[in-house]
Amino acid sequence: MNKAAPSEPSGRWTDAAMTRRVRRRYAAEAIFRGAGLAAITLSVLFLAFLLWSMASKGVGGFTRYEAQLPIDFAKTDLFLDPAAIRGPDARSAVAGADLSGAISAAAKAAYGPAGTQLFGDAAVDRLTDAILANPNLVGGKTSLWLPVASKIDVAAKGEGSAAAEKIVAGLEQGHALRRTFNAQFLTGADATDPTAVGVWGALKGSVYTILVTILLAFPVGVLAAIYLEEFAPRNRWTDAIEVSINNLAAVPSIIFGLLGLAVFLDVMNLPRSAPLVGGLTLALMTFPVIVIAGRNAIKTVPPSIRDAALGVGASKMQVTFHHVLPLALPGILTGTIIGVARALGETAPLLMIGMRAFVAMPPRGVSDPATVLPVQIFLWSDEVDRGFIEKTSAAIIVLLLFMLLMNGIAIYLRNRFERRW
Amino acid sequence: MEMKEKMPIMPVEREREPQFTPLIAVSASAGAEDTSLDSARQPKMRADKVSVFYGDKQALRDVSINIYDDLVTAFIGPSGCGKSTFLRCLNRMNDTIPTARVTGRITLDDQDITGAGMDVVQLRARVGMVFQKPNPFPKSIYDNVAYGPRIHGLSTSRSELDGIVERSLKRAGLWDEVKDRLQESGTALSGGQQQRLCIARAIAVDPEVILMDEPCSALDPIATAKIEELIHELRGRYAIAIVTHNMQQAARVSQRTAFYHLGELVEYGKTSEMFTNPRQQRTQDYITGRYG
Repeated sequence: MNKAAPSEPSGRWTDAAMTRRVRRRYAAEAIFRGAGLAAITLSVLFLAFLLWSMASKGVGGFTRYEAQLPIDFAKTDLFLDPAAIRGPDARSAVAGADLSGAISAAAKAAYGPAGTQLFGDAAVDRLTDAILANPNLVGGKTSLWLPVASKIDVAAKGEGSAAAEKIVAGLEQGHALRRTFNAQFLTGADATDPTAVGVWGALKGSVYTILVTILLAFPVGVLAAIYLEEFAPRNRWTDAIEVSINNLAAVPSIIFGLLGLAVFLDVMNLPRSAPLVGGLTLALMTFPVIVIAGRNAIKTVPPSIRDAALGVGASKMQVTFHHVLPLALPGILTGTIIGVARALGETAPLLMIGMRAFVAMPPRGVSDPATVLPVQIFLWSDEVDRGFIEKTSAAIIVLLLFMLLMNGIAIYLRNRFERRW
Repeated sequence: MEMKEKMPIMPVEREREPQFTPLIAVSASAGAEDTSLDSARQPKMRADKVSVFYGDKQALRDVSINIYDDLVTAFIGPSGCGKSTFLRCLNRMNDTIPTARVTGRITLDDQDITGAGMDVVQLRARVGMVFQKPNPFPKSIYDNVAYGPRIHGLSTSRSELDGIVERSLKRAGLWDEVKDRLQESGTALSGGQQQRLCIARAIAVDPEVILMDEPCSALDPIATAKIEELIHELRGRYAIAIVTHNMQQAARVSQRTAFYHLGELVEYGKTSEMFTNPRQQRTQDYITGRYG
């Protein structure tokens, strides 16, 4: 009966085959929604795992243990000229003295033979600061909280050797051990002793490098995109340039590093390990990304806006800079964020131009030797000392926060420039 | 300058014939003042054997036509007949299409505009254009109108610019609707208001000719009526050329009509004669709705 009446809609829309088709359609949609939800859940889980793993490992890196040390300067072999430590060269005078020996002697006196292993470089730094702040300390008796050596620090955090654990237990019994916020980690530079390391040097290096990159790649990239999209004649040369730029965006970053090594260091003789060279190299890498994003953003500006401006007698350049560029800017900025974020996390090309050197001083300019955060993380992850494990994770947290800040600024700028129509 | 105080909502002429009527009614006002012979007039723009090629394809063949100062000239014809292409020659908007090539001679006040001697930026200020789709800039209403005067340096002070903006908006019949919200975005207006804003933007630079490329095709009948009324108002101050798909509209607003077909100018004449007594068979077939 159903088949007999194709002209009768009621039969056609309710027969078994149609019902089956409808059911299949619903099933397909349900499967698609389920798959999408699963994909989102999976990526959220990955992200949560990454963040949790970094946070739980890295949070220890922002703290360190300090032990109390009574020092009787008279009983140590320390010789410090009272006049010199009050003079203008006080820091070098104190640095020249054997503070390490003095700490070792005082620790031996206070905690027995094991005490000599109790303190490291960070304690020397702290004692130097204390003496400079109060030169009267020298010659008298005092009691100071000093950061413990890496081995003891690791043991206090529950991962150390049996011998170190015993020392920690002894200190805790005497209430001579405390956990404090490690300010040196945020203000210092690289060091051999993990308790004395800091990310400030690498962070500053990253800031300088990325500034050079942005200052070079953004204007050049945007101008190139505008010219290619709005002014360049459509011919074989333009096509060749377009293909080259697209290919450039896909070149592995290590090759840009080799290029930087060959051109900036060998030919132009720019300083090795400097943020200037790092920034130039990363700019080469970021430039094609900005050009491609810029061209796409310019393409999306409706032609009617160009017609409108041309129609009232605007010149080509006025059309571009008064109308096209402002409308394309949010898209250009999005592309720039992606390019710069990639440059910020880049390690390989910077290894090639010598930014993997051990740099114990934060750079004071773009031509000072420096390292950057991702390279610093790479270097620390390679260290044998167990104390570096949590420093690596802590540095990753700093890098992620820095990226978050950069992206936040870029998104703010993008929303400011965004116009609705 | 005198300002127009109030706009009637509907145009005076509302006479419409059903679609199938063989001849389209011409408004009484359309040809009323148009008694003098064209040969005695000095044309504002003159096109002489203009052809346009897009690559190898010829879109327009040997079009010769005059545009007069105080008349509205309507271009009608089926889609793809070349009427918009010709309109875009008059202010050289075809220059923006890389493959387009224009031959022939077009003059504005006897000055050749097709040659290299003509500054195209000045030409477009003198020959303004209103487009099919309302295309205000995504800026404030004020900035939309002020943009042209600003880039051409037509005002020396802020108050002078304010005056130009007010005068242009009044002439476009939009002032009363927007005078309290000049800083709001031009894109927030309704479609008809946007199109009148575009007309205000075009007349702000004080052009001599205004080209309109199907200005009402994206508008509802009420907004269309307002634009048509506005065209009546603007006639006499500017030479106006309008492309339209709507033959009743051509009959209502124009005094001269040009019928294009397949890239050729088939017939050109007084609107009243074109619609009542076409000389060419093709014109008659088109205006009676036999094709198009």
